[in-house]
Amino acid sequence: MAATPLLELRGIDKSFGPVQVLHDVGLTVYPGEVTALVGDNGAGKSTLVKCVSGIYTMDAGTVTFDGNQVAVHNPRDAAALGIEVVYQDLALCDNLDIVQNMFLGREKTRGIVLDEPTMEQMAGDTLAGLSVRTVKSLRQLVASLSGGQRQTVAIAKAVLWNSRVVILDEPTAALGVAQTAQVLELVRRLADNGLGVVLISHNMNDVFAVADRIAALYLGRTAAEVKTTDVTHSQIVELITAGRSGNLGLPPEKASEFIDITPGDHQ
Amino acid sequence: MTTTTTTTAGGVRVVKPTVASHINDYWGRIRGGDLGSLPAILGLVVLCLIFGVARETFLSSLNFANLFSQGAQVTFIAMGLVFVLLLGEIDLSAGYASGVCGAVMAVLLTNHGWSWYTAIPAALVTGLAIGFSLGFMVAKLGIPSFVVTLAAFLGFQGVLLSLLKGGINVSIRDNFVLDLANSNMSVGVSWTFAIVAIVGFAAVQLNRVRSRAARGLVTDPMGIVLARIVGLAIVILLATTVLTQERSLNPVIISVKGVPIVAPIIAVFFIIWTFVLSRTTYGRHVYAVGGNAEAARRAGIAVDRIRISVFVICSFMASIGGILAVSRANSVDPNTGGSNILLYSVGAAVIGGASLFGGKGKAINALIGGAVIAVIDNGMGLMGYSSGTKFIATGVILLVAASVDALSRRRAAATGTR
Repeated sequence: MAATPLLELRGIDKSFGPVQVLHDVGLTVYPGEVTALVGDNGAGKSTLVKCVSGIYTMDAGTVTFDGNQVAVHNPRDAAALGIEVVYQDLALCDNLDIVQNMFLGREKTRGIVLDEPTMEQMAGDTLAGLSVRTVKSLRQLVASLSGGQRQTVAIAKAVLWNSRVVILDEPTAALGVAQTAQVLELVRRLADNGLGVVLISHNMNDVFAVADRIAALYLGRTAAEVKTTDVTHSQIVELITAGRSGNLGLPPEKASEFIDITPGDHQ
Repeated sequence: MTTTTTTTAGGVRVVKPTVASHINDYWGRIRGGDLGSLPAILGLVVLCLIFGVARETFLSSLNFANLFSQGAQVTFIAMGLVFVLLLGEIDLSAGYASGVCGAVMAVLLTNHGWSWYTAIPAALVTGLAIGFSLGFMVAKLGIPSFVVTLAAFLGFQGVLLSLLKGGINVSIRDNFVLDLANSNMSVGVSWTFAIVAIVGFAAVQLNRVRSRAARGLVTDPMGIVLARIVGLAIVILLATTVLTQERSLNPVIISVKGVPIVAPIIAVFFIIWTFVLSRTTYGRHVYAVGGNAEAARRAGIAVDRIRISVFVICSFMASIGGILAVSRANSVDPNTGGSNILLYSVGAAVIGGASLFGGKGKAINALIGGAVIAVIDNGMGLMGYSSGTKFIATGVILLVAASVDALSRRRAAATGTR
């Protein structure tokens, strides 16, 4: 296990108007490891990811990347650091082929002409590096790919740029059993290649299958950051639903502080 | 059919296509709903046969040459519209925009005594300005393009009328402008032009195969590449042969032969826009915004700027169409760019294979669709049908083309090839 974290978030606060969505949230990502980010709907997972990727600006908190404190103000800052996000709705263009999608917005050119051979070669190298051998042609339109293949292209697009941290938002949510296994294998391989991987998932089986660490969010707070080997399935479920489990998680008073917001369930 | 497996430099195993597998793939795409320009080309052949049998004059070289200048305005507007359609937008004002630009040129030439080299740029700049305003309202203010350009359609009609002081016909006498749509290249220049076009196409095709093969990437089979080159060569040489024949009704008084000047003008813009769409970053981004605007935005593409730019291109092409229309008619009147021009242009793009739903279309669609429209208009005119019948026929064909577009899209969604 690597000693120094690749990406470390500390004390992140984020409010939308009067609603504070993130309270003092922390997240640590180590190179070569998959960190699962879990939490119920509305726990702040997506908000946290959008803060890291520069789509939202954070109100308070520090981001340490590779030991240096950095500022992420917009998506370009995040991309420059090597932080890439694969969103749930894949953000691929159906009418473009695999190579065109992988290089979208960052096309290689010679003069003003697109350098197709170089792009095709780089795309092929990247897919081969991820041990993807299932596509018929790199010039296949994305529209003709299966859900798992699309996810693969989206992930390959994220790692093409020598990225260091790849954040995957629910990559298996829409996939069948066999394709889920393929994508999880790919996620594992990203980490084995030395990247820091953040996997957002609702599926405990997926989390326990690939993750080395688990960070649980509960109502905008970090409930726990634990190693997968130290916890059980049901402990994580408790952390997600109640914010604490045994001696893990938020102190009791903090956990209950927020419970009374649920309509019709006043204490 | 033998397929040998090869490996690209990246190590992803792909099947090396043979001539047979290439044709097979093409057939598969057709069956999957990706028809491209095929229906339009078949339609063009059928229409030419019908009109050719019914009226001998249809196939004469004189009539063939006429088709170029008759179809020029529609083809130019359609080429611009392809860009707008690629984003799933529409420009209903392109017809009158071309009329306004033509009128700007004519009024400057005739009423203000400007020369062609200042009046033509003025018309082109007018086109750019119109396109920018339309695009700005669509992209930045978020008004649907249908509404913006419908308003502009009405507005430009009024601008045209006021430019012409309430509808006076302004005729032009500038020889350069008149030559654009009415004169031909000499026989020698015509042949040179034809040879340059063929050699250029062959060089581009062979160079692509060579550079890809040098990198160890999959190339189109040589047989297919050669078939493409020979096919284009036959079409160009045949057309040039016909057009360099004497076609004057009375050759003793005046000799008329050579390729119309309009042809190379169309060819140049066709090549430019094909290059822009298929080989530049900008073109790639236009397709991306048309395919999935959100994905394009996340990829860091300035979606608004792309959206404005396609309207600029469309109105710019309309301005050239307007200049050619004025040149052909020797004058401008309140109906230049009006009546059926816009509908013919949208029809040309869609008939040629551009999709009304965005994300699919090429410059060649406008060229082929424009040819279909010109042939219908010209052929039915020769057969003595009234304008009413012509409109009905064109309307039906546009409807058929739009149905083909919608149905092939549905089929593509079902088979996953789009």
